[in-house]
Amino acid sequence: MNIWIAIGVTVLGCYAVKLAGLLVPAGVLERPLVRRLAALLPVALLAALTAQQAFADGRSLVLDARAAGLAAAAVALMLRAPFLLVIAAAVAVTAGVRALGG
Amino acid sequence: MTSAGSGLTLLQTCALSLLVFTGASQFALVGALAAGGGPFTAAAGAFFLGVRNAFYGLRLSQLLALPRAVRPFAAQWVIDETAAVSLAQPTRRGARLGFVVTGLSLYVLWNLTTLFGALGAEAIGDTDAWGLDAAGPAVFLALLAPMLRTGTERAVAGLAVLLGLGLLPVLPAGVPVLVAALAAPAVLWARGRRSATHQDGPREEER
Repeated sequence: MNIWIAIGVTVLGCYAVKLAGLLVPAGVLERPLVRRLAALLPVALLAALTAQQAFADGRSLVLDARAAGLAAAAVALMLRAPFLLVIAAAVAVTAGVRALGG
Repeated sequence: MTSAGSGLTLLQTCALSLLVFTGASQFALVGALAAGGGPFTAAAGAFFLGVRNAFYGLRLSQLLALPRAVRPFAAQWVIDETAAVSLAQPTRRGARLGFVVTGLSLYVLWNLTTLFGALGAEAIGDTDAWGLDAAGPAVFLALLAPMLRTGTERAVAGLAVLLGLGLLPVLPAGVPVLVAALAAPAVLWARGRRSATHQDGPREEER
């Protein structure tokens, strides 16, 4: 029963925050400062998430094969490679480094 | 897969996946329950991980310009991936299409994976050995890269990376990313101050 309570609370909470963002009135969003901020927030969030997914293991920071994969993705991006090639480069390099170094 | 190991039933696992649909929150909830946390403590952690979706919604609502009646349905799909793909599109049409395609395909895939995982289907071996865990950050990086047009965006991204990684070991799961979001107002504020003191100087932001 406890688990169902936890699921219920999480479902409601997570849905409410998703909806809240969409329901902010358009008038508020037309103010230049809010526009700038709303444009920059995803940049901050994505950057932090990218770093955490590449360099974190649970709550500790690690430098492993994923870092090499991310570097490969960065190089591919700078060479203006298509999206799927960027991902493939990251996956292949990570697998390669793991196969070599364990 | 993870949740099956922590005492959730098949129905509970699938309900969680269908109704919450925010991967990080699901894992956090399951992890906290497995560690013996109470239902409200566990839900609070999951909630913190979900708060960032509100920021995506803020940006998406002006980008997609959805009719009011559609918003409650679209809301469920406001997650990292849909926001990233939509924001990367140059036109509103593209953004809407990106949002729907990403939302639908992820929703279907995610829930099928959950179902099969929970059914105990054989995993495809060690996914880490294939380097698949690097796909996540690579996708985010590829989506982030076109957004880094000016120095302001780069400063925000750099500061967010520092905050997100630096605070990871010391704050509860989900909170570091929220703190990293503060990089956006912080950089805007710093730029505002600088342009206020150099009124006559060229303003990089106005390009």
